[in-house]
Amino acid sequence: MTFPIEAIVFLFLLATALAVTHLRDLFAAAMVFGVFSLLSAGLFTLMDAVDVAFTEAAVGAGISTVLILSTLALTDPREHQQPVRFAPVAVVLLVGAALVYGTLDMPYYGDPTAPIHKHVAPEYIEGAMTDFGIPNIVTNVLASYRGYDTLGETTVVLTATVGVMLLLGGLGGARHRGDAEVVEAAGDEEPTPMDRVQVARVSTTVLAPLIMLFGLYVQFHGDFGPGGGFQAGVIFASALILHGIVFGLSSLKRVVSPRFLEIGLAAGVLIYAGTGVASLFRDGTFLDYAVLDHHSAQHGRHLGILLVEAGVGITVTCAMVLIFFFFAGRRAAKSEEPGDRDRRVA
Amino acid sequence: MSTFGLWHYWVVIVLMMIGLYTVIARDNLVKKVMGLNLFQVSVIMFYVSMGKVEGGTAPIIPEQASGPVVYSNPLPHVLMLTAIVVGIATTAMALSLVVRIRETYGTTEEDEIRKLDRAEHE
Repeated sequence: MTFPIEAIVFLFLLATALAVTHLRDLFAAAMVFGVFSLLSAGLFTLMDAVDVAFTEAAVGAGISTVLILSTLALTDPREHQQPVRFAPVAVVLLVGAALVYGTLDMPYYGDPTAPIHKHVAPEYIEGAMTDFGIPNIVTNVLASYRGYDTLGETTVVLTATVGVMLLLGGLGGARHRGDAEVVEAAGDEEPTPMDRVQVARVSTTVLAPLIMLFGLYVQFHGDFGPGGGFQAGVIFASALILHGIVFGLSSLKRVVSPRFLEIGLAAGVLIYAGTGVASLFRDGTFLDYAVLDHHSAQHGRHLGILLVEAGVGITVTCAMVLIFFFFAGRRAAKSEEPGDRDRRVA
Repeated sequence: MSTFGLWHYWVVIVLMMIGLYTVIARDNLVKKVMGLNLFQVSVIMFYVSMGKVEGGTAPIIPEQASGPVVYSNPLPHVLMLTAIVVGIATTAMALSLVVRIRETYGTTEEDEIRKLDRAEHE
């Protein structure tokens, strides 16, 4: 019975969430937030959602902590003192009470007769072996049954990254330069402080290729075990970001140039949508992979899912590394031109 | 079990309340983004917990199974998995807005930003 384990992890989860809210030192809050993500990944595993846990561990404990820390490096690491306000507390309690009231009609946790399990889910579980021959049901649903959704989500990742590039790249702090030059300027930085820490240097040199290898495994083994394009993309990106943190942006730029990443970002979505268009040309419907192979519908679906997952992986990798580039590159641009605060106040 | 069978959902609701409080009550913009993330995790956890089936296992079909296997519902897993990755992309977007606000106003505290705005209007 998992009850005590779940209860204990939930307890820790609430404690870390409260700590994140309470801590004034935002650096500390960011680190606790990483712990929070790791704990929630553990809980997802207990709830049988291994793929979700995988993603949360890589995204929440890895990339999001890096992003928050690099934001703090560009802003203020401390939050101002501020009294507890009662109006928000009242609103929050009201919303909470309404939601608890709402759950009273819900089927109990783990109830196999709940309506959610009666709709399309049995069909998906049934079809995994007969239609696809792919054991990981989550991959089937992600890439095929719900292929439209996933295409949309991948496009959102692309769009958000473009948004970050527009916000941190072109205008503002580096008004006189284009995107490429901002990142270019970042390369001229001094070597990072981490560069002088031998433990970090040696362990990164050893770990980065292994992480990449693991990323590839997650990408291609996603049909059989937990994993897939989203997780693999994030893991692959985390290896590159680790390299960037320790050896500096200029070194990372020699590994992958921002230009290359920009192309990859768009190419991934293009591969995904292109697979859909290819099935259209073979007299199928959009994203119906069965027609991709003349002889066997199952082989066609295998191929389709492989291509689509590859597209997702490429886009997510490029998106994460690009976002890191723009956050970390901002500092170099900023140090040259003081903020326009004075101008604004005057 | 009676109503006790719903405690998972209630814990998730408490988590959501912490996130919501952070978003609406705190002035610091980075803290607000963290609050949004807490909120997001709680929503994701709510969906995933609805997909759990008692005695079920992860929705991956084993190579050889002795007898019928009960799988937890894969559909919420799929929807939430993509939501996490989209979430980090939108968080990055929010954080870059915070960076730009800091560069323009010199602060990330909402009350100070309002004060600066008011001063400019007068």
